[in-house]
Amino acid sequence: MKVGLAATSAAEALFSNPLRSLLTMLGIIIGVASVMVMMSIGEGAKAQIEAQISSVGTNVLNLQPGSMNRGGRNHGGGSARPFNEADISAIGQLSFVEEVTGTLSGQANAVSEETNWTTTIQGGTSSFFSVNNWPAVEGRIFTEQEVQGGAAVALLGKTAATNLFPRGDALGQRIRVNGVPIEIIGILETKGQSGGGGMGRDRDDIIVAPLSMVRNRVTGGNRWVSRHVSNIQVLVQDGYDVIEAQDELATIMRERRRVEPGAQDNFSVINFADMIKQRAAVAENMSMLLAFTAAVSLIVGGVGVMNIMLVSVTERTREIGLRMAVGARGGDILLQFLVEAVVLCTLGGLIGMAIGWVGVYAYAQIAAAPMLVSPIIIATALGAAASVGLIFGFFPARRAAQLDPIQALRYD
Amino acid sequence: MTTTQAIISCRNLTKVYRMGDQEVRALDGVDLDIHEGEFVAIMGPSGSGKSSLMNLIGALDRPTSGEMWINGRALSEMSRDELADLRNETLGFVFQQFNLLARQDAFQNVRLPLRYARKDIGDMDARAKECLELVGLGTRMDHRPMQLSGGQQQRVAIARALSNRPRILLADEPTGALDSKTTVEIMHLMQDLNRQGITVVVITHENEVAEYARRQIHFRDGKIETDSAHPELKRASGG
Repeated sequence: MKVGLAATSAAEALFSNPLRSLLTMLGIIIGVASVMVMMSIGEGAKAQIEAQISSVGTNVLNLQPGSMNRGGRNHGGGSARPFNEADISAIGQLSFVEEVTGTLSGQANAVSEETNWTTTIQGGTSSFFSVNNWPAVEGRIFTEQEVQGGAAVALLGKTAATNLFPRGDALGQRIRVNGVPIEIIGILETKGQSGGGGMGRDRDDIIVAPLSMVRNRVTGGNRWVSRHVSNIQVLVQDGYDVIEAQDELATIMRERRRVEPGAQDNFSVINFADMIKQRAAVAENMSMLLAFTAAVSLIVGGVGVMNIMLVSVTERTREIGLRMAVGARGGDILLQFLVEAVVLCTLGGLIGMAIGWVGVYAYAQIAAAPMLVSPIIIATALGAAASVGLIFGFFPARRAAQLDPIQALRYD
Repeated sequence: MTTTQAIISCRNLTKVYRMGDQEVRALDGVDLDIHEGEFVAIMGPSGSGKSSLMNLIGALDRPTSGEMWINGRALSEMSRDELADLRNETLGFVFQQFNLLARQDAFQNVRLPLRYARKDIGDMDARAKECLELVGLGTRMDHRPMQLSGGQQQRVAIARALSNRPRILLADEPTGALDSKTTVEIMHLMQDLNRQGITVVVITHENEVAEYARRQIHFRDGKIETDSAHPELKRASGG
């Protein structure tokens, strides 16, 4: 008997007692649904973390004024004395530093000829783009001369560009930011959302302009520190140990900021990539644990399937005897019951997947996380369900196949 | 008596059942030859061994000792799968309780043996339809057993037995669950099939049923008591 025919008669057998089939499938349904939700959450977190790592770069260090505790929480960040441009050039002298830029940001009320838009203006040096791995897709980035001269030029992030120039002709136009006329010389590549856990911020909603121009004309200077910058971003040379670079930067900044030995740093050197990796490892462990729990429920479901298949074999002993009498081999009977178990579990798997899909969608909505249901997850969930059917269906099927034809026929 | 001519041949066939610590000799050294095209009734009171003989001839059970041949092949040398194939290709069964699959309609029931056929048998559906028409149920193909009368159910069972074009039809009390009018119909059908060349073996304890057969064999205590084809035998077992 061909597998197709076996599948048809299996489906008939299952639909002849739908309630029992459904109850039997329940374990599989729950198992598959949870495997799917767990894997999707895990995959989603992983993808998000990978995207973050690639967007910040693995060898970028971030200097912020103010101390930071180990958990990465900012304690009064920004209240400490800000950095200045002398710090930037001092860091630029270091052998392991590939590029360095200072940044300064503030709120920007941008007005184009067509509309207005409230966004963030970010001041940076000409190295800003390479440090952040953030090229212009249209136009050009600003030069060091323009930074020195405080030129009123800027690049727009995609979101800012679209909102200020709905017709898409931003390049070469003028906008006014907090009343300052600025020429658009470029459009930046799309970066997408940042951060996780629903705290995402649209990083494309930004105006990037020369540091000095932003300080002098848009955000204003600092009362105590001239030529101040709020953050410093350092691109460490390829092949240089980032952790070591982190330590060396801390030593130099302690000297420059005259921190007494033993006193707490009044700044922090943050390795975002490293923090993200640590978070990734935690997320990985968590999703492994959850997937394992889900797998346990699949096994419990499998035991339920085995139980009901044994009942079914007993109930249908006469039928088995008859099938043998008209010429079914043991293998035919084995196949019939095995296919029945696999169909039962696969059907349960499909229902579980539908429920899992809803679960993943709900999670994505609530947590504002990306909804990630990859073909691999679907294949894993369905494959797991079918395997459970195969493994737990084998024993009852073999029992059916080994029945003695005459005893089976006489059974009542 | 030679084994080559007979389609069913038994030599010194013995079947012993164990019931607790008692041994029951259901068949006790039976020698029997049934030739192609015969219509044989096997009779005897319950416990005489006729059902045990039926199970052995039907390749559903194995003897305790002795040998039997069907179609020239010794059953003792055949594996479980080979016996299944033999049942599928050479034998057709009709049971007292019909043994139809309740969830499937007449057509699907008749098609069942074809699904287990190892050889290519062409259009299964046409074959099943043909068999149902042969037993006069061409218009009831989509009826389930519950929707059919006892006689009709037994006709479906006969159609099922015929679907693989068997050379031997084995019927175990085929009219046991039927009224006398239906019994006549079923036995006439058996006679028709026999005329078409199928060897028919009917097990029964009713004389009226046995009279349709051309040869009657009586069993008692696991042995052949009388055989109408061999009137010289009287409680002989050696032949």
